[in-house]
Amino acid sequence: MQYLNILIQGSLLGGIYALFAIGLSLSFGIMRLVNIAHGDFIVLSGYVAMVVIQATGVDPFTSLVVVVPVMFGLGYALQRGMLNQTLSGGLLPPLLVTFGISIIIQNGLLQGFGAYDHRLQEGPIETASLHLPGGIDVGVYPLLVFAVAVLCIASLQFLFYGTRLGRAFRAVSDDPYTAELMGLDNRKLYALALGIAMVFTAIAGVLFGIRTIFDPAAGPIRLILAFEAVIIGGLGSMWGTLIGGMVLGIAQSVGAALDPTWQILAGHLAFLTLLILRPEGLFPRTRD
Amino acid sequence: MTLLQTHNLSAFYGDFQALFGVDVTIEQGETVAVIGANGAGKTTFLRTVAGALAAAPEAVLFDGKPIGNMTPHEIVRLGIAMVPEGRRLFPSLSVEENLLLGSHSERRGPWSLQRVYELFPRLRELRRLPAPSLSGGQQQMAAVGRALMSNPRLLLCDELSLGLAPVVIRDIYACLGAITAEGTTVVLVEQDINRALDASSRFYCLQEGHLALTAPTKDFDRAALTAAYFGL
Repeated sequence: MQYLNILIQGSLLGGIYALFAIGLSLSFGIMRLVNIAHGDFIVLSGYVAMVVIQATGVDPFTSLVVVVPVMFGLGYALQRGMLNQTLSGGLLPPLLVTFGISIIIQNGLLQGFGAYDHRLQEGPIETASLHLPGGIDVGVYPLLVFAVAVLCIASLQFLFYGTRLGRAFRAVSDDPYTAELMGLDNRKLYALALGIAMVFTAIAGVLFGIRTIFDPAAGPIRLILAFEAVIIGGLGSMWGTLIGGMVLGIAQSVGAALDPTWQILAGHLAFLTLLILRPEGLFPRTRD
Repeated sequence: MTLLQTHNLSAFYGDFQALFGVDVTIEQGETVAVIGANGAGKTTFLRTVAGALAAAPEAVLFDGKPIGNMTPHEIVRLGIAMVPEGRRLFPSLSVEENLLLGSHSERRGPWSLQRVYELFPRLRELRRLPAPSLSGGQQQMAAVGRALMSNPRLLLCDELSLGLAPVVIRDIYACLGAITAEGTTVVLVEQDINRALDASSRFYCLQEGHLALTAPTKDFDRAALTAAYFGL
């Protein structure tokens, strides 16, 4: 029964990692953009939510009404105004530019808000739990986060395979040169893609800010977790990303059960093991 | 009425010049062949007209309007569609999705999914399959259909016959009549000279980026074409 408990808690923990990874997976899948600043955008979303909450007094969930459009606009403008210019020169220029953005965000937040820890307060739901038969307690909040992750991935899946925009996204991902010849405006599509990626980043940032403290330097560790979830799941596969997040979460739970100091390390070790055994990930889709 | 005109058109890949002052005039409703040896600049010519390679604005006039510096998607919207060399269907899209993608430019006209399926009935049966699972000839049909879905006034076909069996090539060329019957102007770039000349009323022969010869296909000097083609 203890094993089942570890499995359940780990899977639920994986929900937040999958949420971290969606934006990264999306921008890599569509425009081969490796966004080094992704973790910092997650943290930035937390700060934007904090400002909205302080200014209006709403709760973190409600603050998403503002945070999501703000981050969408930021992503759209960033891609349109800056990152589109870096895409023709191979993989390195966008890597360097987003690395620079990462430094700017971290130092900007430090300058604006100081090095203190912050947390978003959502109230009783944070500590509520469900008692399952067999003595297993499941936190309502981790369950909610997991459900949101599944919902986000399902809606993205619908966007990609059920809409005209999604068809255009898949076409530019396959072959940007031919897509343009068929009348697609790649630059606009890329801007929309980073905007949409930022919507999920905003959701991840706020949900995570309720769960754990964050500070200006918290981005890079989020980025690594997101990378690991994407790579384990297989590049370009959204459901794979969810599984990747769950693998990480379960590995961390197992590690923590053995020894609490092992939690983070166990996740990384699981990632490295899978990278050796199955470098293409569990469910690869993207081809190059 | 003149639909496409290039005037002193030059094109470059970095420092390498691929076209040298090419003047081409194509009338509305014509089918024109552009022929030439490997590396003569045929594909470069199409890519420049389609906007994939930049040129001076006034070097390419479409319907009298300078388009030399426009982006490919703007040019598709004006009514120029390309069937690229090697077909280049989108591998992760189904056959029908590939066709539908051609309609993203939202141009109205005679061509719809329905009409494309009437032209190529095989595609209707294969519509749910991923594009890479089709044979070469079926892929070429899908690539032509995808271009038609943008309801072009000018259809640029790059090496329709490339890598296909003669009987398949014949089937595809047989469909050109239905396309031109809608008033669509067609430019055929081919290495298969006889095939291209049979299907067109005039030809341009390029040689090392220069225009070497132009003549009606019904009445021209074979020896002059041989000289223009091989640069003898």
